[in-house]
Amino acid sequence: MSSAAPLARGKSQRRLERYVLPSLVGLLFLCVWDALVRISGSDLFPKPIEVARGIGELAEKGLLHKYIVASLFRVTWGFTLAMAVGIPLGLFMGWFKWAFQALNPMIQVLRPISPIAWIPVAILWFGVSDAAPIFLIFLASVFPIAVSAAAAVANIQPVYVRAARNFELSRFDLFRRVIVPATLPQIITGLRIALGIAWLVVVAAEMIAVSSGLGFLIIDARNAGKRYDLVVAGMVMIGLIGLGLDLLVRRMERMDVVRWGYHNQ
Amino acid sequence: MTRAESDPGSRTGGASHSGRDADAVVRIRDVWMTFPGKTRDKDVHVLEGVHAEVRNGEFVCIVGPSGCGKSTLLNIVAGFIPPTAGQVTVEGKLVTRPDARRIFVFQENGVFPWLTVAQNVGFGLQRREPTERDRIVHHYIEMVGLTGFERAFPRELSGGMRQRVEIARALAAQPSIIYMDEPFGALDYLTRLKMRADLIRIWQEERKTILFVTHDIEEAVQLADRVLVMTRRPATIKEEIRIDLPRPRDIDSPDYLRVRDRIFDAMGIDRTTGRIGDGSTLDEKSVVPGL
Repeated sequence: MSSAAPLARGKSQRRLERYVLPSLVGLLFLCVWDALVRISGSDLFPKPIEVARGIGELAEKGLLHKYIVASLFRVTWGFTLAMAVGIPLGLFMGWFKWAFQALNPMIQVLRPISPIAWIPVAILWFGVSDAAPIFLIFLASVFPIAVSAAAAVANIQPVYVRAARNFELSRFDLFRRVIVPATLPQIITGLRIALGIAWLVVVAAEMIAVSSGLGFLIIDARNAGKRYDLVVAGMVMIGLIGLGLDLLVRRMERMDVVRWGYHNQ
Repeated sequence: MTRAESDPGSRTGGASHSGRDADAVVRIRDVWMTFPGKTRDKDVHVLEGVHAEVRNGEFVCIVGPSGCGKSTLLNIVAGFIPPTAGQVTVEGKLVTRPDARRIFVFQENGVFPWLTVAQNVGFGLQRREPTERDRIVHHYIEMVGLTGFERAFPRELSGGMRQRVEIARALAAQPSIIYMDEPFGALDYLTRLKMRADLIRIWQEERKTILFVTHDIEEAVQLADRVLVMTRRPATIKEEIRIDLPRPRDIDSPDYLRVRDRIFDAMGIDRTTGRIGDGSTLDEKSVVPGL
């Protein structure tokens, strides 16, 4: 059929754009990287193949697994605490204007302070332990979570609240059956942004405040023997895991209860 | 003969015969509404001394030019906003807030997008036991013609189907009165015609009292037992027109057209130019703050 051909071509073209092109760009990147190292003659900065071997070495020693778990553990705790505080705080601020007026200026002052600047304070308070990076991750992600939750409440379509009032929902039911689902899409978007920040921060915190995790791997590989192959191996793992975390939250955005909230899909 | 008769008595409210109507379930008494402006002289006077009544089981349409305050009036009657002065009573009780026995159908997007069709329709039935709830939900989904779409989400439906969901949600709550605020206003012409026919069929099955706001005169004539014609802002009810035509109504019949033209005349509209008596057009609406 004449109409089937363009359709089929459309499909294969989509596949080309989705998978083949990014793979080609990645391959090109590796080639340029390899070529540049060869041209420069550097014996410290690794070629891609050496980084791959480095990852293999770390995996063999069991360090890769251990450090990834350590980093993810801290992010999980810090981020969970940030959700536990940030979402209720944001909903509260979004619903009660006075709460927003009272708290927002403080948040806007705290928010631009880089989590890195808190590292000395975190060490002072928590010592060199898991608590320090967890605190830093919490600080870094709680504000974006709270701000997006507050904005989500402020953006609720008034018609939903009016319909709920018409059905004489109790305050608790209004919250549970209307406010939460109505704000969920925007809250999830806030979580995605905050998780990205949390992942950035854990690496920085681990470089200074603890002696395990992917951030520690990087700084340790450099300090202990100028093992730049392991430094870059750590960077690659951070990138891949960050991508994985983002994809995880994006999956949440495809759930039926929130899909309505994203217009361009 | 024309079967539509004007009832000028309604203009004077309390003293008219409708003011003493023992059957009235909704009584709107001398309702005034002013939205505050930046300064006192910029206050927006929306309603000025509105009197009206709706009898049990009656289908009443409120028509008026865009921005005249008919939607504001319906929101006051439903208890969403308090009037500046005057009062509304429903079934003898003063309206102070929304009530689950009177459900409001919004112009669009009133259904909850995070719930399926069935969950939306059952929204007001949480206190019922599950099998009873399912039975009611099923019944009203069938009534509005959405069987097969129970598990669909609103984003998967057309605008007309979403309005059907909202009507079913209202009916399922088994209210005595349904308030409808231009519920078909955002739909295309053919969908609107179909929705009107279905609404009349449902109303005849259910015999609910319906108070229906529209700017569409044709729609009012096709639906209503009685049409309340509002003036421009500050608005009051200028005329009340009874429509005794049998349903379903033929929009080409001479009787239908005669009633329609009566409403055009009551609103002071020139039928060829769309101009209102004083030379302005219907489209010259200004936005009412707060709604």
